Amino acid sequence: MTVAPVRPAESDAPAVAEPTVAPGPFGAPILRKEDRRLAAGEGRYLDDLGHEALAAAFLRSPHAHARIVDIDIDAALDVEGVVAIYTYEDLDGRVAEPLPLLIPHPALHAPRTAYPLAKDVVRHVGEPVAMVVATDRYTAEDAVSLIRVEWEPLPAVIGIDAAVAAEHAVHPDVPDNVAAHLVQEVGDAQAAIAAAPRSLTLDLHVERSASTPLEGKGVYARWDADDRSLRVYTSTQTSTSVRFALAAKLSLPVDRVEVVTPDVGGGFGVKIVHPWPEEVLVPWAAIRLRREVKWVEDRREHFISSAHERAQKHTVRVGFDDEGRILGLDVRFWHDNGAYTPYGIIVPIITSTQLLGPYKVGAYRVEFHSLYTNTVMVTPYRGAGRVHACFVMERVMDAVADHCGLDRAQVRLTNMIRPEEMPYDQGLIFQDGRPLIYDTGDFPRSLRAALDLVDWEGFAAVRAQAQAEGRRVGIGLATYVEGTGVGPYEGAYVRVETTGDVVVATGLTTQGQGHATVFAQIAAQELGVPVDRVTVTTGDTRRFKYGVGTFASRAAVMSGNAVALAARKVRAKALRIAAAALAADESELTIVDGVVSVRGFPDGPSIPLATVAVLANPLRYAFDEEAKRATQFAVPATDGPPVPEGEEPGLEATAWYSPVRSTFANGVHAAVVETDPETAEIRVLRYCVVHDCGTVINPMIVEGQVHGGVAQGVGGALYERIVYDESGQLVNASFMDFLMPYASEVPTVEIDHVTSPSPLNPLGVKGVGEAGVIPGHAVLAAAIEDAEGIRIDRMPISPAELFDLRRRLAAGEDIGLRRRSRGEGPS
Amino acid sequence: MKPPSFGYHRPQTVAEALSVLARYGPDAKVLAGGQSLIPLLNMRLAAPKVLVDINRLGAELDRLDEDEQAVRVGALVRHARLARRTPSTSTTGTSMADAAEASIPPLLAEATRYVAHPTIRNRGTTVGSLVHADPAAELPAVLLLCGGSVELASVHGTRTVPAEQFFVGPLQSALAPGELAVAATFPRPPARSGSAFREVSRRAGDYALVGVALQVALDGDGQVASARAAYLSVGPTPVLVDLTDAVHGSTVDWEDAGRLAQSQVEPDDDIHASAAYRRHLVGVLTRRAGEVALARAREASGDA
Ligand SMILES: Cc1cc2nc3c(=O)[nH]c(=O)nc-3n(C[C@H](O)[C@H](O)[C@H](O)COP(=O)(O)OP(=O)(O)OC[C@H]3O[C@@H](n4cnc5c(N)ncnc54)[C@H](O)[C@@H]3O)c2cc1C
Repeated sequence: MTVAPVRPAESDAPAVAEPTVAPGPFGAPILRKEDRRLAAGEGRYLDDLGHEALAAAFLRSPHAHARIVDIDIDAALDVEGVVAIYTYEDLDGRVAEPLPLLIPHPALHAPRTAYPLAKDVVRHVGEPVAMVVATDRYTAEDAVSLIRVEWEPLPAVIGIDAAVAAEHAVHPDVPDNVAAHLVQEVGDAQAAIAAAPRSLTLDLHVERSASTPLEGKGVYARWDADDRSLRVYTSTQTSTSVRFALAAKLSLPVDRVEVVTPDVGGGFGVKIVHPWPEEVLVPWAAIRLRREVKWVEDRREHFISSAHERAQKHTVRVGFDDEGRILGLDVRFWHDNGAYTPYGIIVPIITSTQLLGPYKVGAYRVEFHSLYTNTVMVTPYRGAGRVHACFVMERVMDAVADHCGLDRAQVRLTNMIRPEEMPYDQGLIFQDGRPLIYDTGDFPRSLRAALDLVDWEGFAAVRAQAQAEGRRVGIGLATYVEGTGVGPYEGAYVRVETTGDVVVATGLTTQGQGHATVFAQIAAQELGVPVDRVTVTTGDTRRFKYGVGTFASRAAVMSGNAVALAARKVRAKALRIAAAALAADESELTIVDGVVSVRGFPDGPSIPLATVAVLANPLRYAFDEEAKRATQFAVPATDGPPVPEGEEPGLEATAWYSPVRSTFANGVHAAVVETDPETAEIRVLRYCVVHDCGTVINPMIVEGQVHGGVAQGVGGALYERIVYDESGQLVNASFMDFLMPYASEVPTVEIDHVTSPSPLNPLGVKGVGEAGVIPGHAVLAAAIEDAEGIRIDRMPISPAELFDLRRRLAAGEDIGLRRRSRGEGPS
Repeated sequence: MKPPSFGYHRPQTVAEALSVLARYGPDAKVLAGGQSLIPLLNMRLAAPKVLVDINRLGAELDRLDEDEQAVRVGALVRHARLARRTPSTSTTGTSMADAAEASIPPLLAEATRYVAHPTIRNRGTTVGSLVHADPAAELPAVLLLCGGSVELASVHGTRTVPAEQFFVGPLQSALAPGELAVAATFPRPPARSGSAFREVSRRAGDYALVGVALQVALDGDGQVASARAAYLSVGPTPVLVDLTDAVHGSTVDWEDAGRLAQSQVEPDDDIHASAAYRRHLVGVLTRRAGEVALARAREASGDA
């Protein structure tokens, strides 16, 4: 890996706040505070908790589509150790209702969600049908295997083509299988294309995949019957919302429900969906049984019953001129949303609105249909619709360049929004219901940085050298703009303890992002304390009740700014109290290393923050030596009340950050691949990333996020896919056949940063969590296409598929690049 | 993903193991490295009533015996021990390994390094891999190519089954209920010969899409006297092909050998590769392995 210095944007960049450059932990590549604990095996994941709890296991549908005629649980009930078996008939109250539609949208005209346990009909393999609670998981699984279900199989709708054909319906009252239909249009794209000197039509297809966190889902519920309160541990990306959802489902007052997120072994989007059937049923059973109950998802369950993503087919018409300037773009696409739509149509909305990336396309029309199929539902997976969007737009750029015989980088530069056009309104409505306005970014600069990093100009020589050795190499580019940090809000709580330690809590959750480090850096910077004095808690509703969740590359933007604002309030309060104690003016005070002193007089009068914290809470009772200082006879009496009007006891504060709209990060990836002329094996030789996420809080963590994203992007492009057969069986539901890349498949990532701070938030930050994965399909398709001279219009791609394309080309099919006919193709 | 309940025996001697196996017959399964069996149990694809764990039989089964003719690999020898052998071209790295490891046939060592990943090679056994009889596994092809055999013991005695009779079908070997495979014997290659192993897999360490173990022997004049190859992942069992016709004499044409091999394999489609692609790889890998094996044979004959 390359750790490049963070470079501020050039001076001709749009006017934005200066990045924070004050000395301190903010912006420093400090080591992650959480790693020592995790690397030493001290992490506590869901399955590390509740060893005494009863275990749940689920009978899941073996059919893609079937009616349940009868369920016979008698033999299963006889298994020793079985405590209870539930089917839909047993559910009561709101638990018997369908699961919530989390994100309604006017275009989602036929939303459907599942019941926690199937009612009458199952609509995908893996749908939960019965729940067994037993003394341990082994026994529960034994009992599951003895439940007899009489099925009446129904015709299954598998794949986008079958859904469109609509010979059969997934939901009988949605005969065309269309859940949603949305059109957005800026200008008259069809007229612009018709009038354009040149035009092209492309069919572009992205296959289904899944995020597959190494730790699956899991829920552990404890019901305190005396206190009538429920505590639920769940491996989620949103503990706060699970809490509200459970309170509603289980008809409990919200303040009787606590939701705690233990260490989480990856989320990547799938754990933002909630409440899962199991997330409702496990606490529900715990209450009924007055026993602790736990369920830990296994790998097969995760594949067949959580959520997938990516599957989309696109038809694109583009009109352009001889310079490759795009004049009109008309995109129609079909999105496979699986059997249910609890998360609404966020993925296709993001595709349709983020597709334009850093470009101006004249006029744009986008239309999508979101379709039901008898497969696992589709919800956002890291990148969330942008992987497809980037693939489509960048394939268009390469096709236009090939058509015109122009350099691919030049065509991109020709179409890019200029920095002086910022903020730039694309005229669309984004996933947060707000206008899609790019806040900052210097896209040409990002592109030029990537061209330099990969040595675009020098590649002709690399190619010639490889050819001389009988090797085949290619280079590709892909750019993206990513809306990050969507609202509505996050909050944070910051308190200085009487020890001088600082505790920070925020509502959103953590699945490996390094929040314990970056939020500590922010608080430490604002408060003038060392980072190691700051402890961060996330995802625990006992510590912070309100929040939204960790998704959409939003944590640093949302909670990061909330932490900064809360810390600023605490700092102001500390200075007020210290000013009184030191008989100084607040404006003259500063805090360095946890000590308040007069700026410029480090050896003058001073007071440690710890003491300020003591003084912040006027006491009657001294419970320790420190506390004595705050008791009524220790503090000189004033005329006012001990807690002045407008103040609250304690050196602590809560603050909220709620943005008007998203910030937009951008970046460019460039990859060099080698394709084996004989075996069609594909190897990534170089992978270069230029990334602009605004002000960088911790460059090491930013790079880590990029590295992880690239690994997932390469996995998605070259290895991973979800394969259903015609009957709706998921045929590769294991890590043996779902090919997550090993370290041996992930290339070394070379990174350079560009920094365009966001004017939309106090810290100037933008999100980075998803960035690395977004251009994976696009950049590797481009590089393979370049190596082979064969159009790549479908991803992922395997060696067997590349071999097949070669054969089709050799057989005379028109799948070659135009540059071949100009004699510029690979030999 | 929890196995159904099973009985568990951990015998201390081979004799005891055989009597337990005799008692349970088809209801028992031997547990060696567990790298294939445990996943099958967890996925409830296998549900033996009894597991007979042989891991305490190291004194009798964790041994490599070798002589001029062959290497006999005991049932508790892990992949890692065979993979540790340094490549045939180097003699400098052998000081770490014991004498037996140093004299493991190069093809066996080379092929073993394609088996899975280091952690799995630390547990998985060579004999277990043969008994498991996965048509995509490396070692069955090696055993077949070198004309090796497996020793099967039971309370009734021991029988030695040659490789060509041992691999019966996908995940099916000639092991009968009540039997324990105690060792496999890999004959040494003839003088003036060379071998090579090549495969294409999706990820490093995965089971191969196609693999080939190939051996070339030269005659006294340095001409190819015989060339044979065993292919994996191209049928229900490893497939042995005699390539001699294509490459013997003075004009060695490995492309021709590849075509010959392609005509004798029946690969299937699966989600990772089409049959056509597999057939294509058979040709490519035959040439690649053939050229290397021939070069090694010439080196071994002193006329490199
Ligand atoms: C991720 C992963 C990747 C892998 N990749 C490869 C690969 O690329 N190539 C490859 O060849 N293998 C691969 N394997 C399998 C591995 O090599 C196993 O070790 C091997 O197949 C079986 O050996 P074992 O000792 O683990 O046998 P076990 O799992 O213990 O047993 C396997 C079967 O053989 C039987 N058995 C084992 N030993 C005896 C005996 N002595 N007598 C009678 N029956 C016996 C068992 O009863 C069982 O039916 C992989 C495994 C994993 C988990």
